[in-house]
Amino acid sequence: MIHVAPAHSPHAHAPTSVGMIMATVLLALAPATLFGFWLFGWPAFNLWAVAILTALATEAACVGLAGRAAKPVLLDGSAALTAWLLALSLPPWAPWWLAALGSFFAILVGKQVFGGLGQNVFNPAMAARVMLLIAFPVEMTLWTTPGSFPSAQLPSFLESLSITFGGAPMDAMASASLLGHVKTEFTRGIDLAHSLPALFGHSQTGLGDAAWGSRAGSLGETSALLLLAGGLVLIARRVITWHAPVAMLLGVALPALIASLLDPAHYLDPAAHLLSGGLMLAAFFIVTDPVTCPNTSAGQFAFGLGAGLLTWIIRTWGGYPEGVAFAVLLMNAATPVIDRYVKPRIYGRTRDGKPLPAETSGKGA
Amino acid sequence: MIAAVVSLATLGLFLGLVLGIAAKRLQVEGNPLVAELEALLPGSQCGQCGFPGCTGAAQALADGAAPITLCPPGGKDLVVALAAKLGVEADLSGVKENVPSVAEVKEEICIGCTRCYKVCPTDAIMGAAKNIHVVFREACTACGKCVDVCPTEALALRPIPVTLQSWYWPKPALEAA
Amino acid sequence: MSFLSRFKFRGGVHPEGRKDLSADMPVRVPTLPECLFVSLQQHIGAPASPVIQVGDKVSKGQRIAASQGAVSAPVHAPTSGRIIAIGDYPAPHPSGLPVPTITIESDGEDRWMDIASPGDPFAFSAEEVAARVGAAGIVGLGGAAFPAAVKLNVSRRGGVTTLIMNGGECEPYLTCDDRLMRDRAPEVILGIRLISHAVGAREVLVGIEDNKPEAIAAMTAAAQGSEVKVLAVPAMYPMGSEKQLIQALTGKEVPAGGRAADIGMLVHNVGTAYAVAQSLNLGRPLVSRLVTVSGGAVAAPGNLEVLIGTPAQALFETCGGFKDTPARLVMGGPMMGQQFTNPLVPVIKGTSGVLALTAAEIGQPQPAPCIRCSTCVRACPVGLLPLEMAAHIRTGDLGGAVDLGLKDCIACGSCSYVCPAHIPLVHYFNYAKGDLAAKERAKLKQDATKKLAEERTARMERIAREREEAAKARAAKKAAQEAAKKAAAEAAAREKAEKEQSGKEQAEAL
Repeated sequence: MIHVAPAHSPHAHAPTSVGMIMATVLLALAPATLFGFWLFGWPAFNLWAVAILTALATEAACVGLAGRAAKPVLLDGSAALTAWLLALSLPPWAPWWLAALGSFFAILVGKQVFGGLGQNVFNPAMAARVMLLIAFPVEMTLWTTPGSFPSAQLPSFLESLSITFGGAPMDAMASASLLGHVKTEFTRGIDLAHSLPALFGHSQTGLGDAAWGSRAGSLGETSALLLLAGGLVLIARRVITWHAPVAMLLGVALPALIASLLDPAHYLDPAAHLLSGGLMLAAFFIVTDPVTCPNTSAGQFAFGLGAGLLTWIIRTWGGYPEGVAFAVLLMNAATPVIDRYVKPRIYGRTRDGKPLPAETSGKGA
Repeated sequence: MIAAVVSLATLGLFLGLVLGIAAKRLQVEGNPLVAELEALLPGSQCGQCGFPGCTGAAQALADGAAPITLCPPGGKDLVVALAAKLGVEADLSGVKENVPSVAEVKEEICIGCTRCYKVCPTDAIMGAAKNIHVVFREACTACGKCVDVCPTEALALRPIPVTLQSWYWPKPALEAA
Repeated sequence: MSFLSRFKFRGGVHPEGRKDLSADMPVRVPTLPECLFVSLQQHIGAPASPVIQVGDKVSKGQRIAASQGAVSAPVHAPTSGRIIAIGDYPAPHPSGLPVPTITIESDGEDRWMDIASPGDPFAFSAEEVAARVGAAGIVGLGGAAFPAAVKLNVSRRGGVTTLIMNGGECEPYLTCDDRLMRDRAPEVILGIRLISHAVGAREVLVGIEDNKPEAIAAMTAAAQGSEVKVLAVPAMYPMGSEKQLIQALTGKEVPAGGRAADIGMLVHNVGTAYAVAQSLNLGRPLVSRLVTVSGGAVAAPGNLEVLIGTPAQALFETCGGFKDTPARLVMGGPMMGQQFTNPLVPVIKGTSGVLALTAAEIGQPQPAPCIRCSTCVRACPVGLLPLEMAAHIRTGDLGGAVDLGLKDCIACGSCSYVCPAHIPLVHYFNYAKGDLAAKERAKLKQDATKKLAEERTARMERIAREREEAAKARAAKKAAQEAAKKAAAEAAAREKAEKEQSGKEQAEAL
């Protein structure tokens, strides 16, 4: 009779797709990004645009070399998301080649070398950030003092081109991030009691400003509140679950709390940790990257907790002021191990996979 | 200098001794590989590989004297299993996926010569001289020996028809990667 | 009075219900089709064997095929008429393969056979109830179509204490159980009490999803004053799965690889209970069932009381035909139902719905790469890792998938439903299960033929040895005979010589 290949059930599908998930994440990033543009002006926008265009071009070239159609791959939005995340973690007035090189590296080495979307072991944006940080430590830590309001301080669009593409000097705008400042002062033997007032006195920024985001830092990492809002949207839209973000924030806040209570002169308090550097961005947008984090909720919690702890350790005792990217990469390497050991209990079986005994089987866990 | 030479020599002697004892104590009789390979083979001793039965084929495989694609009735699955056992690359390009088949007697041309009945390695053919022979489907391995000896071409291998009981979903077509 | 169950199962999904298409439509009866195609494989187990000949006249309810084997069920004529064919007909199955089928030409009278009133059904012994359920050809009407009598007997002997009635109907579109509970609650409750009587259950729970408040109310009212307890369970797919319903109602789990009876439970569908009531109360065998005809392409979706063997085409025609070109025809619900391509395939006992879906309803774009979002892990009601299992199967490592729990998969399709990359996860699992079963069968056959080959080799050796021995024996015998002959000849010669000698001597002496 009829031997057409039959379609397998289910004959209904949830209205969702990879592209829709990526688009939701991009939308959730938009507020913090727009704030970054507003805060740092056109150079920030230029950098962001260069990163995204480079990523798309690299992705198209890789897919083309593999002999596949580029359009559906580009439309899934994953390359744009990677570049976007990388751009948000760059110094806002960085030269264009930093973004281009980072994006190229993220897509080629971070993703396509492994086989494309879903195959990579390490978060491509964080891999690129670490590469740039190690290779170009000076360019990667030249922070810009934010313009307090849309003002004459910010360069015009034409001026921005010379900053991003022409390598115009930006000494006048140089500033230090909180974590960088603290680390530098420690190396000079100055403890928190003296270094913090110096920083805040210099740029008139307190922790309140840090939460809102009006301070020196990476392009899109300054506004903890806007990032938090974006993350909450993702949780509400069920794109991510709370496990990894909460665990990562806990992983930083708990040791920070204990340490700062024990020795406030040498350890930053939890609030400063939570609102500084790339933590908020990482907690909601990086450790929730489905490709490189564990499968199960429990695994994701462990993953986030580990990333948070490592972040705090690197920030506190490491050579670099910020440790988020390193921490994420280290935990990425641990993901297969977590997945190996953290699995859901199967219906009708004990945790070790043995069938439950007859008659006496207990309640579902 | 001397201390280093002496300590290393002592270490070498000690480890050599341990290895020597282990070699004696933990010695394995015979080559278990041949038996393991034979267990994988179909075991119908059909001889299509050119070796005297499955034991001979297993020995040849263990010696590396035969390719892992030697067994037509085993099909792709067997090649993969042998490749895993012998630790070699499985080249499936030349292997035909064997459709499960059975021999069938065309009753109108069978002359009852009993030749097929005599060569069948699994006694799957029943029949006396001058009587039409029949094939027991359950016992037939589709080795094809009977087809070769039949003087009237009354025997042929036919694929076992798919029924509701034996049908199952094919592997999903490879999605766009 | 109804209560909300306090247990739940893990995972699950909330597919769009689409039950409003047919839920409020009262049950209709389609016009009697000209021909009915009654499959002999209506159930899990051995096919029934025909007990009538082509040309025979049959009455409605007359047995036309007998059960054969331990797990099987008889088949009855769904209407009166004449048998016009016994042979292969396309099965309601995705493969479209033929299945032995009895074709009845209807005489238009739909005349029941003479049925003696069975009397008070509660007067029957438990064994008698099971026997009558078996003789009525009743199988699980929830879709699995397992012979009901076999389940009753196993459960009674296994000491079942809790009877669970499945009114979950979690599949989207389907409303036939809902309709049955709303319109015929007293008969359903009667059937439930008879099943309970047959297995000696101490506790009877009816689980109904809370998206069917009218059914809950009707059943609760009908159950008033009996031991039957009606419980509302949250509307969540796959609530209608036996294992998940048990967990949702009692908090207990069926051990892996075991059956509900292992923990003292028996689960039956409410439709089965109705059929049991019909057979024990009225003596009528199972010849019809409620079927939901729905889908975006159907002009007037509804619930029909359909004779077994009615072609799907006739159902669509009763429901006003298609208002849209159907992209896919499905028997059962959209989550686990089977596609069929031939619109003439008949309704069988396990058919709960016949759907004609539009492309928009199916919504299945091309698969994309897995992004490991683990939505499938959260959706799986069993606690499996669908993405990992599918990755193993895709590379041909079926053993790896089994290690991850492939055999525990209930094929509910929740993972495929939620996958944002549209990977056909459950298709991979059903392929792997089928392939493993086929390999298992091949292995059994190989073991059997190996043994046959060994026996033959041994026999050949024995024959050769015997021949050799016989030859040796013959040779020895021959040698012995020759030796004996020689000896005899020698003896004779000696004697002769002696005689001659003595003769000479005598002669000399003379």
